[in-house]
Amino acid sequence: MLLSVAIPILMKVSFPEEVSPQTRMVFDVIENLPDGSNVLLSYDFDPASEGELLPMAQAFTRHCCAKGHKQYYMTLWPLGSPMVDKSLDTIRSEYPDMIYGEDFVKFDYKAGGEVVIRVIGTDLRAMFPLDSSGVSLDELPMTKNIKNLQDMDVIVNVSAGDPGTKQWVQFASTPYSLTTVSGCTGVQAPQMYPYIPEQLAGVLGAIKAAAEYEQAIAEKYPEIASNPSAQEAKRRMGPQLIAHSLMVGLILLGNWIFFVSRKRGEA
Amino acid sequence: MKRLVPLTIAIVAGFTLIIAYFFPIAQQWSDNVQEWFKILAVGAMVLGGGNLIKLHLKKVSAKRKGWGYSMVTIVCFFGVLIVGFLKVGTPPNTNYPDYVWSGYYLQEGSGVWWIYLHMIVPLTSMMFAMLAFYVATAAFRAFRAKNIEATLLLVTAGIVLLGRTYAGVWLFDAWLPESMLWLRFDNLTEWIMNAPNTAGNRAIMIGIALGTVATSLRILLGVDRSYLGQD
Repeated sequence: MLLSVAIPILMKVSFPEEVSPQTRMVFDVIENLPDGSNVLLSYDFDPASEGELLPMAQAFTRHCCAKGHKQYYMTLWPLGSPMVDKSLDTIRSEYPDMIYGEDFVKFDYKAGGEVVIRVIGTDLRAMFPLDSSGVSLDELPMTKNIKNLQDMDVIVNVSAGDPGTKQWVQFASTPYSLTTVSGCTGVQAPQMYPYIPEQLAGVLGAIKAAAEYEQAIAEKYPEIASNPSAQEAKRRMGPQLIAHSLMVGLILLGNWIFFVSRKRGEA
Repeated sequence: MKRLVPLTIAIVAGFTLIIAYFFPIAQQWSDNVQEWFKILAVGAMVLGGGNLIKLHLKKVSAKRKGWGYSMVTIVCFFGVLIVGFLKVGTPPNTNYPDYVWSGYYLQEGSGVWWIYLHMIVPLTSMMFAMLAFYVATAAFRAFRAKNIEATLLLVTAGIVLLGRTYAGVWLFDAWLPESMLWLRFDNLTEWIMNAPNTAGNRAIMIGIALGTVATSLRILLGVDRSYLGQD
């Protein structure tokens, strides 16, 4: 398993990606918004899921930047804040024209999970009177007119568990009819499909969907395609192919041994 | 009184949230209840931390099996707590340079940031990465076509595993006629996720939702008091 993951990484093996209908749905939600729309991005994951979810989160960030959307970042996980910082670093390094407080803002982690969502659903300042750098929301151009979640055009949730997409569906998307898309781990994805298309406008499941999303962005925005940092998910599809093939091989081998030993036992 | 007070709090808070959902005029009550939740959550966090330390201190003092791990837990707990509370190494917030403790505790260069970067990130990533090895050995040892159900699971897993990679396309593209492209593993994976998976999960979710409503009503009406613990 170690070699099946390490060799493709070291040899930089990559494969072409086709954008699936599910990924296209998520891409279209962000793409079809008028430029400069308000997008809330909640990064509900921590370093344990960084390998699987950060490429997806970064793809959302780059897509929002390409469209000039106003991005409001937050997290419901205690260790999610540094994940958000990585997206802010991407904006600062790749989109130097975007200004903090005018084009993107970060709210710090607040404990409470679904209660945080419920509170900001009616009053953003009750939970976040200040941004993460201690500035009042009334002093920031992009937040001074924002009252609550209902002022957002889209919610993007990148989730590794609870609190995460399920809570956003229950306490934001459903009661306020807010368009919500989710990017989640492979383990979570099957549980999110039942919410499509009413409560969730689309789901990106794991690194495969992230690679497809990168492909969709690359097709629309060739300038992003030439950025190697914007191909992180695609780069991980090489190890995924070899590791999955190995697992299928192990399953077949295990079953072959099982049937042979059962036959010998019967004989 | 010991049971009546918490029971009353649960009933009042629960019904307030329900009423506020249906009648927007009661929204302010709901906001107040949620403010209280935030305050109580902080208290619960202190209680949780205290309980954790009490349990591990007991284990260390009795030198029970694995007491060394408890020692590590206690040292790490107080280490991070002290570094975080005192904001060791945290520069002041650039907006408030005169206030020494105004900096963000996870700011680059701070003590908690160092712990995060050099301890939490590698440890949690390592735990997650270990799953790959467990899954690989489990695939070899446990995935057996012992009966029809297990065979179905096995075939589905095989299709999804390959369908989530380029192999799902590459294995079929060269020879499969265009009219049969739906048989490609990536397309079959999409169908599995959209049809059987969604149908099954919806049924489970509806069942859980009905169970949750029933249990919640029992709690709110004071019929189920098990959450209050034993006297």
